[in-house]
Amino acid sequence: MSDIVEKTLTALPGLFLQNQPGGGPAAAKASFSSRLGSLVRGITALTSKHEEEKLIQQELSSLKATVSAPTTTLKMMKECMVRLIYCEMLGYDASFGYIHAIKLAQQGNLLEKRVGYLAVSLFLHESHELLLLLVNTVVKDLQSTNLVEVCMALTVVSQIFPREMIPAVLPLIEDKLQHSKEIVRRKAVLALYKFHLIAPNQVQHIHIKFRKALCDRDVGVMAASLHIYLRMIKENSSGYKDLTGSFVTILKQVVGGKLPVEFNYHSVPAPWLQIQLLRILGLLGKDDQRTSELMYDVLDESLRRAELNHNVTYAILFECVHTVYSIYPKSELLEKAAKCIGKFVLSPKINLKYLGLKALTYVIQQDPTLALQHQMTIIECLDHLDPIIKRETLELLYRITNAQNITVIVQKMLEYLHQSKEEYVIVNLVGKIAELAEKYAPDNAWFIQTMNAVFSVGGDVMHPDIPNNFLRLLAEGFDDETEDQQLRLYAVQSYLTLLDMENVFYPQRFLQVMSWVLGEYSYLLDKEMPEEVIAKLYKLLMNDSVSSETKAWLIAAVTKLTSQAHSSNTVERLIHEFTISLDTCMRQHAFELKHLHENVELMKSLLPVDRSCEDLVVDASLSFLDGFVAEGLSQGAAPYKPHHQRQEEKLSQEKVLNFEPYGLSFSSSGFTGRQSPAGISLGSDVSGNSAETGLKETNSLKLEGIKKLWGKEGYLPKKESKTGDESGALPVPQESIMENVDQAITKKDQSQVLTQSKEEKEKQLLASSLFVGLGSESTINLLGKADTVSHKFRRKSKVKEAKSGETTSTHNMTCSSFSSLSNVAYEDDYYSNTLHDTGDKELKKFSLSSELLDSESLTELPLVEKFSYCSLSTPSLFANNNMEIFHPPQSTAASVAKESSLASSFLEETTEYMHSNAMEVCNNETISVSSYKIWKDDCLLMVWSVTNKSGLELKSADLEIFPAENFKVTEQPGCCLPVMEAESTKSFQYSVQIEKPFTEGNLTGFISYHMMDTHSAQLEFSVNLSLLDFIRPLKISSDDFGKLWLSFANDVKQNVKMSESQAALPSALKTLQQKLRLHIIEIIGNEGLLACQLLPSIPCLLHCRVHADILALWFRSSCSTLPDYLLYQCQKVMEGS
Amino acid sequence: MIQAILVFNNHGKPRLVRFYQRFPEEIQQQIVRETFHLVLKRDDNICNFLEGGSLIGGSDYKLIYRHYATLYFVFCVDSSESELGILDLIQVFVETLDKCFENVCELDLIFHMDKVHYILQEVVMGGMVLETNMNEIVAQIEAQNRLEKSEGQVLG
Repeated sequence: MSDIVEKTLTALPGLFLQNQPGGGPAAAKASFSSRLGSLVRGITALTSKHEEEKLIQQELSSLKATVSAPTTTLKMMKECMVRLIYCEMLGYDASFGYIHAIKLAQQGNLLEKRVGYLAVSLFLHESHELLLLLVNTVVKDLQSTNLVEVCMALTVVSQIFPREMIPAVLPLIEDKLQHSKEIVRRKAVLALYKFHLIAPNQVQHIHIKFRKALCDRDVGVMAASLHIYLRMIKENSSGYKDLTGSFVTILKQVVGGKLPVEFNYHSVPAPWLQIQLLRILGLLGKDDQRTSELMYDVLDESLRRAELNHNVTYAILFECVHTVYSIYPKSELLEKAAKCIGKFVLSPKINLKYLGLKALTYVIQQDPTLALQHQMTIIECLDHLDPIIKRETLELLYRITNAQNITVIVQKMLEYLHQSKEEYVIVNLVGKIAELAEKYAPDNAWFIQTMNAVFSVGGDVMHPDIPNNFLRLLAEGFDDETEDQQLRLYAVQSYLTLLDMENVFYPQRFLQVMSWVLGEYSYLLDKEMPEEVIAKLYKLLMNDSVSSETKAWLIAAVTKLTSQAHSSNTVERLIHEFTISLDTCMRQHAFELKHLHENVELMKSLLPVDRSCEDLVVDASLSFLDGFVAEGLSQGAAPYKPHHQRQEEKLSQEKVLNFEPYGLSFSSSGFTGRQSPAGISLGSDVSGNSAETGLKETNSLKLEGIKKLWGKEGYLPKKESKTGDESGALPVPQESIMENVDQAITKKDQSQVLTQSKEEKEKQLLASSLFVGLGSESTINLLGKADTVSHKFRRKSKVKEAKSGETTSTHNMTCSSFSSLSNVAYEDDYYSNTLHDTGDKELKKFSLSSELLDSESLTELPLVEKFSYCSLSTPSLFANNNMEIFHPPQSTAASVAKESSLASSFLEETTEYMHSNAMEVCNNETISVSSYKIWKDDCLLMVWSVTNKSGLELKSADLEIFPAENFKVTEQPGCCLPVMEAESTKSFQYSVQIEKPFTEGNLTGFISYHMMDTHSAQLEFSVNLSLLDFIRPLKISSDDFGKLWLSFANDVKQNVKMSESQAALPSALKTLQQKLRLHIIEIIGNEGLLACQLLPSIPCLLHCRVHADILALWFRSSCSTLPDYLLYQCQKVMEGS
Repeated sequence: MIQAILVFNNHGKPRLVRFYQRFPEEIQQQIVRETFHLVLKRDDNICNFLEGGSLIGGSDYKLIYRHYATLYFVFCVDSSESELGILDLIQVFVETLDKCFENVCELDLIFHMDKVHYILQEVVMGGMVLETNMNEIVAQIEAQNRLEKSEGQVLG
């Protein structure tokens, strides 16, 4: 162990002598070098921050003079730079030196360059403008023959490099992957990894080279490439399953000690490499039995080999345990891993104990008995003096909470909460307590009191969902009406007691919750009159520490109560007080109250008792104002313009002088600010109907605001959700479980009772209260996620459905011309469609698809052969006829006939969905499987056609698709076939939905069948899916485009060079339309507007502008990653053609 | 990924500050101070891991530190790094410093700040662990030192 030997500052003078540069260099250097020394000495001698500041400012001004003096040599500059770095590190601004640092890197010799690069990488950040000046130098150095220069350049590239300049150095760095020196290869791999992190699309084409790096003869290069693989596998594990074997082999070699000795660290072979590999294996083997099976051996070996003699072997072991529990389980390994966790948890070393708890937290969901084994250790950790250990323990307890130990665990959490000060800890913990309380609360009193604690501690930092959920729970209630009332009554009573206390301050959020509850449910009180409650609220209203937002809540509560009170002086006083308030909002409320107060009948009908959950009918279109508007317009008033439009116009007016004087530098002209490219079309909206725009605005505003807070969803009848609840609430025989566990625990107690001290007894008691309900019988209600737990407060399921209603409504609003309704109707038809009513439906389909696809010149699409299954006579879609084309049957004559009939059907029905050519994905002597894609409007339909080539009958043919990370795959009905006749073809259909944007993905699956009752066989296949399979044209008008454009925040711009064949805008757009399925909305001069959507409904807009042979693409979308991916596809298309 | 590497002494004076993620300068200084206060509170016999301060991103990030005589070495990492692995990486870094400076002490870190950065660059590059083999790191540094000498002769 090489501890740093402390040298005192008295040793300073001697040190300076040593530090004089050897060999008597130039006097200038010596003096500069000691300048740093004297600076440091000066600073250490100072006593106050203020003096230090003065000294450094002095130093900085002298440095400023030196660096800008023309006489300063590069050598002196180098010394100055080190001092500047020192000053920056202490937090002083040395920005005047940044440009000199770049100069030094550009002009200096090797050593000076090194300092220059270091200074640049410490001073600047990736998007600093000065960094552009460095690009050329980096390019030059990358091409240098000097190894050190190349290494320096690679280092700086991986530390900071402007994202948009990556193409300039990318080919050079790619070349370095073949460099003869391993250090260069290794740095190049890491630099490319960095590029992958900041701009994944730019390095997509070199993934194949990473594979080469993985197989590099040098271990270091291979290790570096693991960084990339870890990352990419995390993003999409299914694409790299084929590498599992390689990773396993590498790990085997490392574990087996096949690496050169110099890779050993404390006689452990390459520990960091092992850790990395284990993590990769864990990701690969997750939920994948076959991949996991490949790695069982090597994991077993790793567990066995890890002799616990050094810290770092624990690191490997921990990773190993993690992997064993991540992959498809194998009981032998799990057993061994559980033992290892024991080693961690029971270790006296605190670091290991921490990791042990972490591992327990991780595995507890799979194996709750482990927590029982270590319960005493967990209890000890709960009172550990290290807060980090405590936190981890609470995290563990959170995962084992159930209805029986909830009170103890929440109490422990609250104790911790009262001690902690960090905001993020409070937010996190408060959220957990609220969640647990709602799920497992034993009784009303406990629930309300716990929530009171949550609100008073969590206060104004907690997540706003917590009070909202709480209020919704109270308002909507649960199954039992009397129970509901009791809970509400208890809440009211407890708040009144809290408000009675003098000199206690509650957070604003808590006060808001109280005022709402009191306003709604004070009527449940029998003793206290509404007047008394009003008096209490009035007292709060007069309190200066209450925010005006809370006051609005309070006055709303008073208003509700006033209708119940017979007459109240307090209300009159309040009205009197606040009608002259300076706060306009309060004054408004007060006037409302005043007018309502004068008309009690109206008030009672307006504010009925306990109706917070009833639906309100709101005329969102404000149609009753139509007359008023028309009158205004006829008197010459300007029509209403929505806010964003006004801003737009203001912006364009400000820019009125900018007539693109620098037309040649086109990339920025016309693109400045948030100006809409659809500005022209927006102009037409000015004369539009004010009521219509107003309607949209109010719609989006009102619905959301009201719904979230109060739960007044009007979409579903209440009855339905209630019946759903009843059927969902399964009673669980908790009693028996409790008894079982109690018995187990008491047994344990008895065995230990002899050696117990009193303190230990207390701990045991705590343990038995904490770990009650844990055990093999009760695994179900261990986890919060388990559905069968009978929750006390079962929230009604309305909310989610209402939300989905909300989204569809916004969807309808945004793409108004997209008739989602007819789509739905059409869908139903599609599923039920076999033989019946074809004529009728065909007509419908024809009109529908022609509407969707018109003008998109389908016949030119490269992949597409139009084809309609409707005209085929077989009920199984796409079956025989289609297959014949790809698997020529014995009788050619028949096939010719069939093909010709098929061709004629192509001609007849040119408007069905586009589909790809069938591709054979796997085959053997009996069957062959081919697949093709059908790009339906709402999803991607994958069809796998299975042909039985043998002369025998196949039994129970079944096709299964493995779940993939990015996709949701749904089986269409009729996919399992009991019998498959000889030489027949059947097809399986799956609809695929995308879950998040990506570029390429893989779908794998297998087909299994029985032959002649004897042997069964299984055949595997995989299909590539691209993002384009999920892109559909979005048909909107230019007006909608303009509105949408402004509402999207994520944008990406890029210039693409067009090939000569498509130099004109229309042809370029046509290419995009055909290959990417974008919808062309409008072409205005040299600008074009396009739109598309990623299924199910993520819109993306594209604005194109042509200048000479450059096409400027500008994407905007509501999804942050989609523009990037689309841009990549566009580039590919434009460059490809 | 490693977000930041901070070295400061027992009084919180920064000795080496290297961020791999972009933070504005004043935030960087606050992070150093915050981290120092978080670490200072802790005894030597409790665990070497703690959650990052609120400035650096809270519980998504871990601070992993070691205390040597007068100096704290703190690595701030995200969840993709192994805690114990980083703990040993700090040890490798410090042992390498020790080899390069022969009994390294706080003053070496002050007066040869640039060299310390060069050594660090060979261990961690752009937030990724580049090399953990001490001999290899020392060899790289020595190659650079040779360069320094040869250039000294040319110019001197």
